[in-house]
Formats: sequence, C-alpha cells, structure tokens
Amino acid sequence: MKVIVGVKRVIDAYVKVRVRADGGGVETDNVKMSMNPFCEIAVEEAVKLKESGAASELVAVSCGPKENQETLRTALAVGCDKAILAEHDSPLEPLAVAKILRVLVEREEAELVLLGKQSVDNDYGNTGQMLAGMLGWSQGSFVSRIEIADGALRVAREVDDGLEKLRLSLPAVLSADLRLNVPRYASLPNIMKARSKPMETLAASDLVAADDLKPRLEVLEVTEPPPRAAGVKVESVSALVENLKEAKVL
Amino acid sequence: MMSVLVLGEHDGAVVKPSVLSAVTAARSVAGGDVDLLLLAAPGGESVGASGAMIEGVARVRLATDAAFAHPLAESLAPPLAELASEYEAVVAPVGSFAKTVVPRLAALLDVQPVTEVLEVIEPDCFLRPLYAGNALAKVRSVGQKRLLTVRATAFEAAGTGAAAPVESVSLAPAEQTHSAWEADEVSASDRPELTTAKVVISGGRGMQSGENFKILEAVADKLGAAVGASRAAVDAGFVSNEFQVGQTGKVVAPDLYIAVGISGAIQHLAGMKDSKVIVAINNDEEAPIFQVADFGLVEDLFVALPELEKLL
Ligand SMILES: Cc1cc2nc3c(=O)[nH]c(=O)nc-3n(C[C@H](O)[C@H](O)[C@H](O)COP(=O)(O)OP(=O)(O)OC[C@H]3O[C@@H](n4cnc5c(N)ncnc54)[C@H](O)[C@@H]3O)c2cc1C
Ligand SMILES: Nc1ncnc2c1ncn2[C@@H]1O[C@H](COP(=O)(O)O)[C@@H](O)[C@H]1O
Repeated sequence: MKVIVGVKRVIDAYVKVRVRADGGGVETDNVKMSMNPFCEIAVEEAVKLKESGAASELVAVSCGPKENQETLRTALAVGCDKAILAEHDSPLEPLAVAKILRVLVEREEAELVLLGKQSVDNDYGNTGQMLAGMLGWSQGSFVSRIEIADGALRVAREVDDGLEKLRLSLPAVLSADLRLNVPRYASLPNIMKARSKPMETLAASDLVAADDLKPRLEVLEVTEPPPRAAGVKVESVSALVENLKEAKVL
Repeated sequence: MMSVLVLGEHDGAVVKPSVLSAVTAARSVAGGDVDLLLLAAPGGESVGASGAMIEGVARVRLATDAAFAHPLAESLAPPLAELASEYEAVVAPVGSFAKTVVPRLAALLDVQPVTEVLEVIEPDCFLRPLYAGNALAKVRSVGQKRLLTVRATAFEAAGTGAAAPVESVSLAPAEQTHSAWEADEVSASDRPELTTAKVVISGGRGMQSGENFKILEAVADKLGAAVGASRAAVDAGFVSNEFQVGQTGKVVAPDLYIAVGISGAIQHLAGMKDSKVIVAINNDEEAPIFQVADFGLVEDLFVALPELEKLL
C-alpha cells in the first residue's frame, strides 16, 4: 500500500507571533519555521505503518514555496521514501491544497493519505475532509488510533463528547489528532541519508488550473486581538472568594 | 435579504445551545430569518419542535433517516450539497460534527469555508482567528455561496419565539460502503456542557493524577461548573480528550474560568482567554497564566482547592 503524507511548513508552534503594523499579516522575517505539529504526527504514523509492513512506500508532499523542501527533508529523515514539492509562491487555501493533493494521489496511485488534523497557522482543519470528498473516499478525521486488518481500517476519532469508532474501507484519507502517537526525532545518520532520497519539484500550476489556486477568501486586514487588562495577585483563598463575589461571578 | 440555512445539532431530544448562537450569526448574514435543518433518527422527530421555538427561525426542515443516529460525512455531504443549492449561505456551530461534515460539503460545492467565525462584519465579510487567536483576520468571501462555521462563544444565544412550522425534507443519505459507525465511547456526566457552561474549572499537569481531579470536581460541584483540562493533563491520561480546552480542543468563554496547575501555554490560552473573569491557581509565580488572570493566587493547589471548596 502506497501512502501519501501531507506536510506543511508553518511558524513554529511555540513562537509568539507578532502582527505586522501595516495590517498585512504576521511577522515572518527571522522567525523560526517548523513542520506543522499535526503533520509530524501524520508522518510518524506513516512510518509506523511501514515498519509494521502495512505500507510499502511513503511519499511526503508539500504545497508552497521552495523553502518547503526543508520540511520535506525532515519527513525523509524520519522515514519517508520520497518527496514531492508542488511549488507555489502565493498563499494556498485548504481548497487549493486539496485539489493539488488529489492530482498527486491519482498520479502516485496511493491508497491512503495521512494528513494533520489542523495547521496551526491558519487553523482551518479542512484539507483532509475536502480531499476525501473530492476523491469520494472514506474519511477519518481527528483520529487518535488506527488499526489495519483485512484491507480495512478501524479508527477512533476524538469528538466533542469522547471517542467515535469507525470502520473504514480503503482507499481513505485520515487526519491525525494529538494522541495518535508521539513523533520521533530524526537521528543524525538518517538526516544524512535523507539527502540522497529523491525529491521532485513540480509547479502547482502544472497540476491544477490557475483559477483553482487563487484564494476564495480575500484577507482585508490582520489585526492583533485586544489585550486583557492586567490583573492582580491575591494573598489567600478567602481574599480570592471576596474578589469573585465583588466581581459578581460567585 | 439572503437565504440562509443553519445546520443544527441536537442531543437526541433538544437542539444544542450552540445552535442558538449559530442562529444569531446566521440572521446577521441573512438580514432576516433563517431556516434550520435538523437530522433525526426515526422516533426522534420531536427535536423539530425544540428548533421551531428559536427566535429568528422561519422554518425547521426536519430530515429523518435511520442513518442519522450516527451521521457520517461520506453519506451526508452529497444530499446536503443538493439542499445547499437552495441557499446562499450555510452556517453551522463549531463542533466536531461541523468540522467533519462542512469541509467535505465545501469540496463538493467548490467553496472555501470561513471557519471559526468570531464576528459577522458584513454579510460577506467576517472576522476569524489565526495562530491560536494571536491574530485576527478580516476576510471577504468572494464566491457566490458561503459556508461558515461560527464560534458559539462569540454570539449571543437566540431567544425563544413563536413556534415556526416544522416541514419534513427528504435528505436521502448517499449509498456508500466506505465507512460504518461501530461505537461511541462517551463518559456520562451530570455537570454542565463545557463550551456553554457559565463557570469552568480546569486542571493541568499540576494535578499529578486522574485521582486528584476529584479535589477539583468537588469545587466544580459547589460552583455548578463544568470541568476542563490542559492538553498535558489529557495526554497524561488524567482525564479523557473531550475535556481539553485550547487551540486544538474546545474553546470556552464562561463568566468565570479557573485554571488550576496550568502554566498558560499559548495553545491553552487560545481556548479560554475570552472568558470574562479568569482565575489562576499556581505555585510558580512566574507562570505565564498569571499574565492573563484577573485574579492570581500563588499557592499549592493541594492546599488551595480544599480550602476553596470549604469557603464556597
Ligand atoms: C499543536 C499543539 C496543540 C496544542 N493544543 C493544546 C490545547 O488545545 N490545549 C492545551 O492546553 N495545550 C495544548 N498544547 C500544549 C501546550 O503547548 C502546553 O504544553 C500545555 O498546555 C501544558 O499543559 P499544563 O499547563 O497543564 O502543563 P505544564 O506546562 O507542565 O504546567 C503545569 C503547571 O502546574 C503548576 N503546578 C505544578 N504543581 C503544582 C501545585 N502543586 N500547585 C499549583 N501549581 C502547580 C506548575 O507551576 C506549572 O505552571 C498544544 C501544543 C501543540 C504543539
Ligand atoms: N500547503 C500544504 N502542503 C501539504 N500539506 C498541507 C498543506 N496545507 C495543509 N496540508 C495538510 O492538511 C492538514 C490540515 O491543514 P488545514 O486544513 O490547513 O488545517 C495539514 O496538517 C497537512 O497535513
């Protein structure tokens, strides 16, 4: 079974982002970039599937600018076999990413796609469900457990009131939640080895129509949320209770 | 006036409180009253009546099918796409149901949804968070059709109005062999639902064990509060996933939020910083949670919680 893993390059999840004064977006100069944490989980799961013999080949795919090759190298270092960059220099919405992935899934004849549940920059959480819809495939979103048996998948999904367990037939698109696994780090020898693994670069505009790459949501302005007024430290539990009564929340 | 459909959710008997907020958001998109779609399993048709009482709902469209006991995106998205052709916008409250179904529906309609909407600025212009709420984007939807998921915490709940008509609508689930529901694992609780509770008390890694959450639950019971948790507490297995508050868990904005043994990472703040009054109990006076707390108590939680329980 051939598996495609989608990896996105984002501002590192632990960086405190700063909104640009001109309202055009957030500061990206000299800011640490990393693989989206949920994509790390998707990659780890793919590598586990290969280690268990369930997957035969792992293809890491990223859509975006040239710098995304760095993110793809990380996926190769952790255990993916080859990488494809669908290069595009302006921002891509989940709808466009799903359209690109769809073409690559068909080209690669993949049977399973593993994505993250959400990118932590624009927090959409759309791409997996969209891709599954476009392909007409089974969909397992926010999964925290995956088992493969007899050509079918059993997954547990994290939902509002607990877990939902589904049986999915292949082919399928899955999106990884936090508790699916704990991603490993790439070892130095594997980082070296990854340099000689194949990396293909394609123009996104050669894969889908130019109109399909254009954003459907026009960003008019990006602002900082209003700050919270500074609070006070209280000395004791009884002082806390007094204050809460005064604030009329008790 | 724009035609808008609200994609409702219910607990089997009545619509969820988040639907009331979605109706408010949908009405400001529509510039008037809206339709509410409810999916019921046979025997559960009475949810229609609870939706019909919501102020601003012009009519309830009730679809009944055995598959709707556990609706799946694979079978639901195709008939929903057909129904959506009658409307200029579809609005759903943020929750796992909308997160599962709306993007798949959006793909079939070739629309990029606006998710996690915080404000309807104009019928085609919305405010949504980026980077765990550390930035806010004002976006304009350029397409003909709009799909929105809206945060219940950001919109007033619609009130009660005159009963609207309940009409049945056929929404035949698509035949599919892709996926089948097997089981739900839910823990029953008598406490209020996390995202709509007036008071929330959450525990973090500082709680040290699931057993220790009992001390926190004792306070929750005195306050009539819902219980929440940080990711670290969920990852450590103290409580299950549905308790997680944050960027990738639930977003809450109660009148009172009490964070106990939680450091205040940006991903946690994303889920609670719009609460009216925030209290932090932490024995590390440098913990970042104190920067957003209205009232901070530097104290060992194992001392503070029992004392708090006694004083309430
Ligand atoms: C992609 C991604 C998504 C994430 N999503 C979320 C999310 O949705 N929600 C979320 O919460 N986190 C999320 N996180 C994790 C987040 O970054 C933090 O790691 C997490 O919130 C820390 O949880 P904590 O505050 O309980 O633990 P810690 O950071 O370990 O803090 C524990 C606190 O308890 C205090 N403490 C310890 N003992 C006591 C005591 N006896 N009395 C009083 N205080 C005590 C300590 O001083 C400390 O401040 C996410 C991270 C990533 C990368
Ligand atoms: N530009 C991209 N390149 C590759 N994969 C992506 C890209 N954008 C999103 N994805 C995948 O889709 C998941 C969910 O992203 P989103 O829908 O943007 O929240 C991510 O975790 C990735 O696995």
